Amino acid sequence: MSMWHALIMSLPFEWAQYDFMHYALLAILLITPLLAVMGCLVINNHMAFFSEAMGHSALTGVALGAIIGLGNPAVTIIGFAVLLALGMVLLRRFSALPADTSIALVMAFVVALGVVLLSRGGGFAKYSQYLIGDILTITPKDLGGLAVLSGVAGVLWIFLFNAFFFVSLNRSLASSRGLPTAFLEALFAVLVAVVVSVSIPWVGLLVINSMLILPAATARNLARNTRRYVLGSVIVSLLSGVLGLVCSYYWNTATGATIVLWACGFFGVSLALRRR
Amino acid sequence: MLEEINLHMHCGELTALIGPNGAGKTTLLRAMVGELPHSGTLRFIHHGNVETTMPIRIGYVPQKLELDRTSPTTVLDLFAATISRWPLWLGTRKAVRREAGEKLELVGAEQLLNRRLSEISVGQLQRIMLALALTPVPELLLLDEPVAALDQGGMELFYQTVSKMRQEYDLSILLVSHDLTAAAQFSDRMILLNRKVLCDGPPREILLNPLIRQTFGFGYTEAEIDGRRSLLTGLKHEQCALPVEVKS
Repeated sequence: MSMWHALIMSLPFEWAQYDFMHYALLAILLITPLLAVMGCLVINNHMAFFSEAMGHSALTGVALGAIIGLGNPAVTIIGFAVLLALGMVLLRRFSALPADTSIALVMAFVVALGVVLLSRGGGFAKYSQYLIGDILTITPKDLGGLAVLSGVAGVLWIFLFNAFFFVSLNRSLASSRGLPTAFLEALFAVLVAVVVSVSIPWVGLLVINSMLILPAATARNLARNTRRYVLGSVIVSLLSGVLGLVCSYYWNTATGATIVLWACGFFGVSLALRRR
Repeated sequence: MLEEINLHMHCGELTALIGPNGAGKTTLLRAMVGELPHSGTLRFIHHGNVETTMPIRIGYVPQKLELDRTSPTTVLDLFAATISRWPLWLGTRKAVRREAGEKLELVGAEQLLNRRLSEISVGQLQRIMLALALTPVPELLLLDEPVAALDQGGMELFYQTVSKMRQEYDLSILLVSHDLTAAAQFSDRMILLNRKVLCDGPPREILLNPLIRQTFGFGYTEAEIDGRRSLLTGLKHEQCALPVEVKS
């Protein structure tokens, strides 16, 4: 960590003099590629709305943490999101409703439940940090957790990417090749739930889904094969992340939303290039 | 949904599965690939009656090719995701590229290797799916209405390719078809299915069976079939080393 501080301090910028910016930058370098690769598969699986619901479920997760009396509700946010993800996988399989309708139902329920629980006694305002997120408050201990998560996801992206990708292309075809499709779908849903919930305190639940979807959608506009799709998404998310962090410092704005605006800008450029 | 299904398929044999809409043809295939739960067994009998419970290698061309046409997935990506564990985002191994190229060449689609799925026609996609189903070469090939979306020329080309593959690899093929005449022309054996197996035999025998008229509302006379004798020559198959038995 001291090498990291020294490296960033050597940059000739005002923001590079602050420890909290060093931590935030490292967090962004860990989170954004993770979200970028996952975003490609989320779009392939038509799960953009699903991941949005995972983000919103954090309200209920926070509320459960507060009720149990946890100082840091990370455990309840993640736990509730994972349970919800598995529930939604089952719902998708066995419900006669169209997938987007059942997700909308579930999302309405978890948002309403979270708001009701958190607003008891008029105390909702103190939880608004989860809506917007604050990456500048990240601690070295949090970074350690993020590094472990990135490591686990990285290993999964190496060993299971093709399997996840194949199931997302055509389920029957993947079944005929002996892939455990139900297991892979559930595993991917849980992975989305975990990564989204872990990122929420830093990114904010209002914009987390954009960080998942926008870089991948941008790369999708321009990529001519899957490799460029994934790598393009990683590059766009890293660029938006770093530019968003630095700009939010100078503009004194919320970092998560500033990052998303950069990603929107890149998406616009990709759309213009595609039309050409 | 399906009951009393008891099929024996021999390798090198092309069996056509016919039946009205809702007869359970696609359901049977999806159960055979393990996508739907079923109480039956799929047994694989080697030469000399040695039986294995090892899962057999199945090549499958689904009826609905619900591939996302907006994704930047290329034909090569499709092959690499199917046959290689090397993650796609790190590129494609040379061996995979070679294998995909060879299989595409078999179906006359080698020029499509680097095309995106959004850039190919339905007929080309069918041939690519056939090439994919043959990678690696399966013991049993299941084709679910593979020509439903093709024009006459595309259909003939597809069936010719399938016949060629069958002879080359001694494959056992189960083909679901709506087109009775085409099915009769290219198969060695036909099975009429409607929730259960109604009849099973050589194409000529099946087409003359009164059950055909009962099921479809039209039938064939001997004179009609003899007039189309050229259609019903059915390629001969050799004695098989690896028959497959399906029971439910």
